[in-house]
Amino acid sequence: MDADARGGGVTSPALAVPAPDREAPPRPAPPGPAAVPAPPRRRPRRATEDPALVRWALVAIALLFVGAFVLVPAATVVAEALRGGVALWWKALVDPDALAAVKLTLLVAAIAVPLNALFGLAAAWSVTRFRYAGKSVLVSLVDLPFGVSPVVSGMATVLLFGAHGWLGPWLLAHGVKVVFAVPGIVLATVFVTFPFVARELIPFMEAQGVEEEEAALVLGASGWQILTRVTLPNVKWSLLYGVILCNARAMGEFGAVSVVSGHIRGLTNTVPLQVEILYGEYAFQAAFAVASLLFLLALVTLVAKKGLEWHHRPRPSALRSAP
Amino acid sequence: MSIVVREVEKAFDATPVLRGVSLEIPDGELVALLGPSGCGKTTLLRIIAGLESADAGEVRHDGEDVSARSARERNVGVVFQHYALFRHMTVEENVAFALRVRRRPRAQVAARVAELLRLVQLEGLKGRYPQQLSGGQRQRVALARALATEPRILLLDEPFGALDARVRQELRRWLRRLHDELHVTSVFVTHDQEEAFEVADRVVLMNAGRVEQVGTPAQVFEEPASAFVMRFLGAVNAFKGWVEGDRAFVSGLDLELVAPASAAHRARAHVFVRPHELDVHRAPVPGSFAANVDRVLPLGAAVRIELSAPGFGGMVEAELDVRRSEALALAPGDAVHLSPRRVRVFPSREDELDSLTASGL
Repeated sequence: MDADARGGGVTSPALAVPAPDREAPPRPAPPGPAAVPAPPRRRPRRATEDPALVRWALVAIALLFVGAFVLVPAATVVAEALRGGVALWWKALVDPDALAAVKLTLLVAAIAVPLNALFGLAAAWSVTRFRYAGKSVLVSLVDLPFGVSPVVSGMATVLLFGAHGWLGPWLLAHGVKVVFAVPGIVLATVFVTFPFVARELIPFMEAQGVEEEEAALVLGASGWQILTRVTLPNVKWSLLYGVILCNARAMGEFGAVSVVSGHIRGLTNTVPLQVEILYGEYAFQAAFAVASLLFLLALVTLVAKKGLEWHHRPRPSALRSAP
Repeated sequence: MSIVVREVEKAFDATPVLRGVSLEIPDGELVALLGPSGCGKTTLLRIIAGLESADAGEVRHDGEDVSARSARERNVGVVFQHYALFRHMTVEENVAFALRVRRRPRAQVAARVAELLRLVQLEGLKGRYPQQLSGGQRQRVALARALATEPRILLLDEPFGALDARVRQELRRWLRRLHDELHVTSVFVTHDQEEAFEVADRVVLMNAGRVEQVGTPAQVFEEPASAFVMRFLGAVNAFKGWVEGDRAFVSGLDLELVAPASAAHRARAHVFVRPHELDVHRAPVPGSFAANVDRVLPLGAAVRIELSAPGFGGMVEAELDVRRSEALALAPGDAVHLSPRRVRVFPSREDELDSLTASGL
């Protein structure tokens, strides 16, 4: 934004050399044809810069877009949630049904996220550390939940575990209720969120290569020692990053969960479902109050993500010294 | 600990990488596996380490077949090409790793680590992380780490590859001195002839998955066993010609061979002359051929002359010492005559496999 201001500084070597100093005292005109009066000078554009118009237009478009589609809706949520004052907002949150929804959401995330962290690590390990046929198929399959509409994921769960599904009757006979109950919600959430950790780890582990693990093996480490002393410490930040994204999605998932939940108040409603129900009942203030929880989750996720990215930065090489 | 490799075969996805490699490395020797990229030298090293398994053949350490033993159980020190230091551990933790996973007592680990850091002259840097070290320092950490459990075999994959020229020079000498001190059987992989010659007791020349020649640096340079070895070691002028008895013929030129080539009948052959074994004259002499000077390149102690000899397949290179070059006062465009002092002839084979041509070198 302040490229002009920076470029005009005297410290810029690219400009300091060719441009005559504006404040310099008038000098006798050099002899020869070069003594033409200089035209009023504007800072010449550097070869690496785009025209100012283009830069400003791009910045303006980006800001407008972010404002219209992100900031305004987010502000609306907060404003609506607090419209009736903090007391009313708090009352909406401690409503038994809302509390149950929060508890269920936390429970689902607490099951789905560790499962997917484990699965993601196993998938990334197998994909980047072994050569086998069908590896590329596995990588594509990992992405499947990203490509499929969550509603379809939910339907698949119903089809498999529903009362008229393939496994449902057998499970029901053994006293296990999956669909319209917590297990179904967990299954749907696991399915929808399983790519996050794997997607984060696969490229990272691929780039890291196997050399450190080979070195550990040659140095006498067992498989478990290699995992805990070399692999996990190396991937921990990527793993955490994937876990944060996975968690955000697990708590916010609506489509798949909506299909399998059955919307039983106080029992099978997660936070996003609770918001929808409240909204459908014209309880706008309560709906926005619960929605503000999801907004808070987004903020926490964003901050955690930024924190990790900051941690990921390459360390300064200033400490480097000659051999 | 001696190393014996017998008839080892290895293929990756049906592409043969090693084709029946046999090799014997006596105890305490420092050996270089030398060859162009893609010749299988790194794969052979990894098979000796146990990081790859051979499709056929066997590997013996100290006479004992270790083919079935995993890399973990072989107690072999390995220095990887890019060092593979554990990036989240300090220098000290890196060096201690092998001892810690063996659950050695704390005091013993500390003493051994201090001893190793002294050996590689890095005592002051034990708290640093690998990213905070220069290439040469990382290499020494990798070496210290590999030596921690006192392995009796040390394997190094392109140990100097990632370093700049000056550091490389220092480390080569240092590695040689270290080997003379420790006498651990060492094998290192390199594609750099100078490096192999300077550091190794013996050089194993590899080409297209086979061992072409094993010998001391002087042996393989002076008595190359094949056309490949001749071409790979140093600059060389190659001509296509004929051989019959103890004479070779190239474009009507009749050359006497020092050692008679093994061709009773007239046969196609590669005729090689090293640039420094090519004399340059102003006037024709018996057994010389005409050429034109294209460029004169002073290389310090020697002067390289690039010439074109239309009758001899184009470009020819000669290398003169500075005094001879000054006496001749050559300039581009001069017409001169070249006479080989020494020629080496290898009969052409139909089935020639060559990593040099395969890799486009």
